[in-house]
Amino acid sequence: MSISAILSLIVTAILAENYIFSKFLGCCPFLGLSENPSNALGMGCAVTFVMTLSSLITSLINKYILIAFDLEYLQTIAFILVIAALVQLIEMFLKKSVPALYSALGIYLPLITTNCAILGAALLCVQSGYDPLTSTIYGFASGLGFTLAIVVFAGVREKVAFADIPKSFAGFPIALVTAGLLAMAFAGFSGISV
Amino acid sequence: MINIKKMFANGIINENPTFVQLLGMCPTLAVTTSALNGLGMGVTVIFVLTLSNFLISLLRKFIPQQVRIASYIVIISGVVTAIQLLIKAYFPDLDKSLGLFIPLIVVNCIILARAEAFASKNGILPSIFDGLFMGLGFTIALTILGIVRELLGAGTIFGFDILLRFGYTPILFFILPAGAFITLGVLIAAVNSIRQKAAECKRKKEAEKS
Repeated sequence: MSISAILSLIVTAILAENYIFSKFLGCCPFLGLSENPSNALGMGCAVTFVMTLSSLITSLINKYILIAFDLEYLQTIAFILVIAALVQLIEMFLKKSVPALYSALGIYLPLITTNCAILGAALLCVQSGYDPLTSTIYGFASGLGFTLAIVVFAGVREKVAFADIPKSFAGFPIALVTAGLLAMAFAGFSGISV
Repeated sequence: MINIKKMFANGIINENPTFVQLLGMCPTLAVTTSALNGLGMGVTVIFVLTLSNFLISLLRKFIPQQVRIASYIVIISGVVTAIQLLIKAYFPDLDKSLGLFIPLIVVNCIILARAEAFASKNGILPSIFDGLFMGLGFTIALTILGIVRELLGAGTIFGFDILLRFGYTPILFFILPAGAFITLGVLIAAVNSIRQKAAECKRKKEAEKS
């Protein structure tokens, strides 16, 4: 794979095909955990970390176990189990060896199992026929895109919290409208091709 | 005895998964580009939710407490895989338009939330009804969202020409992702406002009585 192809994959995954604003993957943590930027950054880092590893491992499993034994119809079950086990392993590993990182990511890690962005990335890599290296890069870049979206959104929401809005819009509805405006901004990137 | 009427009202209005509990936002936003897609996704979720609630309630006494979430996920992904293969075989068009979001029902929070909050504590029959009604509430919400977006974004409902014949220019914005966020935000605000009004009326009536 050439450098320019990798670069184009990364830019597309972060901006033009942002997971939140154009694919709608990972909306639950995006809307639920974006009340302040530092929490959002923690969630974003945890997602990027797990997504990079899980994209690599699921694409290896798909190539050497599922396709090799003609079991492709088990993809969904196999992937979600791998992701759940991986999240558990990462949690145990970090707790033992990198306690600082563990206490930073700690509470966000268990939530990641049911984050559809992770399973979505694994399934998308398989559907697009990426090899394990490309999948890893794609997973990392998509995670960065998610982090960018959630941090920017949390920053905006912090300001919106002080705005005077109609009572029925308070809380969730105004967050959705804010996300809509941000999505419009990100739609500007959709024409980019590197 | 189970109170079917109350469960029905809970699923559709009082605890509507989309408008009140705010669960399962990803498919809600992603597939509602047309009314038909919204309805298709909703019906798929009804099947998955009813079946998974049934299986989990059936097995609730055998699943150890510590590994229950993992077991639920395996059961749910088994059900989803079966339904995905059925859709691929019998409704290839729906499979194409929903695409990635069919396997992603596995991680839809509604399914796991109902398994944990209801099916793991209740008998088989109530669990089936709970799945049915919660799924129905989800379907209604998705169809309404789909209808609004399709009407404004393409001028049609379920593919039938409604506004185009009056010389309406479709606003593409509502089909785009940004339109999904804003339409859902406004719809939830509308539901909130109706609920607040209803609560106020009730309070006034009670005040008059006493």
